[in-house]
Amino acid sequence: MNDEVLISVSGVSKKFCRSLKRSLWYGVQDVVGEALPFLRGKGGSVSQDEHSLRRDEFWAVNDVSFELKRGECLGLIGRNGAGKTTLLKMLNNLIKPDTGTITMRGRVGALIALGAGFNPILTGRENVYVNGSILGMTKQEIDEQIDEIIDFAEIREFIDSPVQSYSSGMQVRLGFAVATALKPDILILDEVLAVGDMAFRNKCYNRIGKLRTHAAVIFVSHNMDHVANITDVSAVMQKGHCVFVGPPSDAIRLYNQENQASQEDGSDFHTVEPPFTAITFNQDTFHIHYGEMLHLELFYKSTESISDTNIRVAFYDQNDAFFAEWNSSFHNTLYDFPYAGNSVALEIGPILFKSGSYRASLLIQKQNSIHHNVWISKAIRVNIAGSTRGYAPYQLTGAIKG
Amino acid sequence: MVADVWAGRELAWRLFVRDLSAQYRQTFLGYVWAFLPPLAASLTFIFLNAQGIVKIDTGGMPYAAFAMMGTLLWQVFVDAMQMPSQALAQARPMLAKINFPREAILMAGAYMVGFNFLVRLVLLVGVMAWWKVVPNQSLALFLPAILALVICGMAFGMMLAPLGGLYGDITRGIPIVAQFWMLLTPVVYPARTSGLAGALAQFNPVSPLIVTARETLSGQPLTFLPAFVLVTIISLLVLIAGWIGFRIAMPHLIARMGG
Repeated sequence: MNDEVLISVSGVSKKFCRSLKRSLWYGVQDVVGEALPFLRGKGGSVSQDEHSLRRDEFWAVNDVSFELKRGECLGLIGRNGAGKTTLLKMLNNLIKPDTGTITMRGRVGALIALGAGFNPILTGRENVYVNGSILGMTKQEIDEQIDEIIDFAEIREFIDSPVQSYSSGMQVRLGFAVATALKPDILILDEVLAVGDMAFRNKCYNRIGKLRTHAAVIFVSHNMDHVANITDVSAVMQKGHCVFVGPPSDAIRLYNQENQASQEDGSDFHTVEPPFTAITFNQDTFHIHYGEMLHLELFYKSTESISDTNIRVAFYDQNDAFFAEWNSSFHNTLYDFPYAGNSVALEIGPILFKSGSYRASLLIQKQNSIHHNVWISKAIRVNIAGSTRGYAPYQLTGAIKG
Repeated sequence: MVADVWAGRELAWRLFVRDLSAQYRQTFLGYVWAFLPPLAASLTFIFLNAQGIVKIDTGGMPYAAFAMMGTLLWQVFVDAMQMPSQALAQARPMLAKINFPREAILMAGAYMVGFNFLVRLVLLVGVMAWWKVVPNQSLALFLPAILALVICGMAFGMMLAPLGGLYGDITRGIPIVAQFWMLLTPVVYPARTSGLAGALAQFNPVSPLIVTARETLSGQPLTFLPAFVLVTIISLLVLIAGWIGFRIAMPHLIARMGG
């Protein structure tokens, strides 16, 4: 691996406009200002300092700087609207930054949209040639690789049918196969693999892995497992600013914190139906260590007794994936809630989660009923202290018996 | 700039073939659509003339042939003028997502204008044979005249395209303006030298082009040759300026118009 810097971004900013009408008019001004620079700065509507915002404008990307060498992979993460795609479009030279400079060395392959330029009436094979030349391949290069492309996309029997008869997954497969046949020096991937089945996605990641040995890769994803596995360094974007560049694990933690902060704004639902009138917990946030038990106590009020219930606690990880559950009926315990009010103590565990922050929901239903009397969604936070490493949220115990 | 044109030549051809093979695949009449619009326009005037509602003196040539030749040539100009805005609008999703030599879509569009002209040429030859319009040695200037029409049309189109990419008013307005413009241009009537029509014709850059192109076909003397040369040169310069403007405007357009 060499130290050749392929991507260098310094102080890059881009402003967008909230109002469409104004945006169009600013566009006219910008074009005129650039085409006839002598009109600029002489007063009038054309004069415009690129560092200041006009009415209704905001910074979509604000003062972003980083460098990437050959063989490195940068994960770009951030919530929707943080400016990731805008940054990628500037990297791909589709739009120009308002300030700052971008230097790219080598052939750029960008997968910002797969299959853009596919014509639905033409056959798959015709489209491979069109799409390949759009991406900058010569006819000869495509001739050499067409078989490999078709095999990779796994659509040999349909290659001579019109693309409009393809499923969306088939179109994505064909698009990815063409785009990566390019063997670029710089590869830009914008969440393109969200569609496609698991087998094909894994195949794609393998191919990206192969490409990155001799290329610089920028990878945008909302799947933190992929970011953690693929990238060497990650950047977190918040509202246009690049707030962190560094090890992926730290970047992911930052991103998760931001996500949790907004989740707690309260979109999660809370159902407590008769005979229950209220349910509270002994704690809303638990701080425990890996392998300890979770002591959760419920305080409830009810208008009548309810018997044969099934109590469940469901655990969610940072990606909001439902990955662990405790279910009282699974342990042959049905609970009878007496009338009025009381408390129930639960002991759940051992909690074998890697360190981090998790959320839990409480569900209560009568046995053999599909109706939930209580469904308090993600109201309990469980923080696992310590520095348990690992990728999966659930870390098994065990030992090497040599 | 030139390097981009070179880099885009193969792509331009591919895009042209793609558009061509897709263009009429979902129609029943197919390539007939290439010459239906000028045919309909000229039939209107042939009818009006035949019924004596409008009396047009063409100087010996059968009026039907005169009108058809005019509208076919006019259509070349209009096609070339509409092409940049249309190509831009069609390629919009692609432009917003993929970086490729942007000239390719214009070149592909120009090929398409040329191809549609060739299809109409068949009709044109048929019209001339039917009414026995015989060209003379000035026929050699026919191709340059067509080129001049295309260049002039594209020059107008290129000046409008950046604005048309932002404001839909342009693409909606072009056909309306083109309709009036055709009536102000000696397309279905011979060039006037006096009156309002004559005054307008003097400032109408398309007049000498249309008249000259038709005269090269009909073997009549070329009456507007100096104006023809002047308009062609100016058009070429405007076209190059428009091209530079197009290159400057492109990133701004993509940023503003999105996918």
